[in-house]
Amino acid sequence: MGDFFIWLNDQLLRMQWLSDLVTVLVRDGFGLDPASQIGGSVHFFIYDVIKIFILLSVLIFGISYVQSYFPPERTRRILGQRQGLGANVFAALLGTITPFCSCSSIPLFIGFTSAGLPLAVTFSFLISSPLVDLASVILLASIFNWSIALAYVAIGLVLAILGGTLIGYLKLEDQVEAFVYQSPVSDHDNDGAISRRERLTYAADQVVEIVHRVWIYVLIGVGIGATIHNWIPETFISALLGQDKWWSVLVATIAGVPMYADIFGTLPIAEALVQKGVGLGTALTFMMAVTALSLPSMIMLKRVVKLPLLVVFIGIVTVGIILIGYIFNATAHLFV
Amino acid sequence: MIVKILGSGCKKCLALETNTKAALQTAAIVADIEKVTDVVDIARYGIMSTPGLAIDDKVVSSGRVLSPAEIGALLKIS
Repeated sequence: MGDFFIWLNDQLLRMQWLSDLVTVLVRDGFGLDPASQIGGSVHFFIYDVIKIFILLSVLIFGISYVQSYFPPERTRRILGQRQGLGANVFAALLGTITPFCSCSSIPLFIGFTSAGLPLAVTFSFLISSPLVDLASVILLASIFNWSIALAYVAIGLVLAILGGTLIGYLKLEDQVEAFVYQSPVSDHDNDGAISRRERLTYAADQVVEIVHRVWIYVLIGVGIGATIHNWIPETFISALLGQDKWWSVLVATIAGVPMYADIFGTLPIAEALVQKGVGLGTALTFMMAVTALSLPSMIMLKRVVKLPLLVVFIGIVTVGIILIGYIFNATAHLFV
Repeated sequence: MIVKILGSGCKKCLALETNTKAALQTAAIVADIEKVTDVVDIARYGIMSTPGLAIDDKVVSSGRVLSPAEIGALLKIS
């Protein structure tokens, strides 16, 4: 039974068959030795790109189908019924099944806030939404393993819950642009009107839309990953980001925060870094920094909140991510 | 009558616009079609998912591409 599960995991999730197939292609098709520098890079690139796109398409289809049951209006209603920490927990959880795009964070922020949801709850949702989603969990399990994937989710949710709660305690309601509170609350819930066929169409549309949006990040991410994997000397990487360097987590955060990429693009980079001996916490910190905070999303948020609240939000998430990095680095032996 | 398409220019917003034009033609209604594309401007209408449709500044639908027949029915009520 255990062997069967491992086999299933290796073939379906890690796609060992694909890796073997690409090895044959690299060796017999291109005439390159898969163990050589060039052959290894080519293998990493082709295998990772195909694997990520297959997993991405299947996962987005499934998640979008589930998501069609939770339009933002319904999420807002569910959250409006809860109070205190429970509301934050729900916000963080619902953030995992809502859209992947940071571009939807502004309409959600205005929609939640104008309807009277507390800032604490809205920010729990805003932190969790780009950081943790079901697709990234499965991809993490595919690239690393299940315990790392589950630890990532758990710690991402904790960051969202605590970060939101902390923002709530600071009573920064007056730091939201006035027009947000004056926006009307529209409650068109099409949920009842949607047929199963429409949900399936919606899910298929989402796959096309998201793949269209992220493919370039995936290619760039895998390209960087392949370069790190085979061309950048291990000594250079470990000098900068090595496990024994106390600043490695800070460097990963500073590099990752302004960057804008999808989590699917950052995973291959994290994968290559870990294979080069970078601490797990450092790699996860880099991923979290890239996905949770980015320059474009900050510029967007600045249009609806005033500077102090924006600074508090960025500060709390950054400190949280750094702490997570150090905690993961210190406890990495439990997960690998 | 002013009909507004709320959406940042995605494929679905264009589909909604096409369907709206068809519905107006069928109902023989002369109306101005305006497109609201700025994210914050869209959010000011109170909707959280696009594309949205507003008739005379009243939001009648969001998050779905309505068929010409559905839009026709909404135009009659307004």
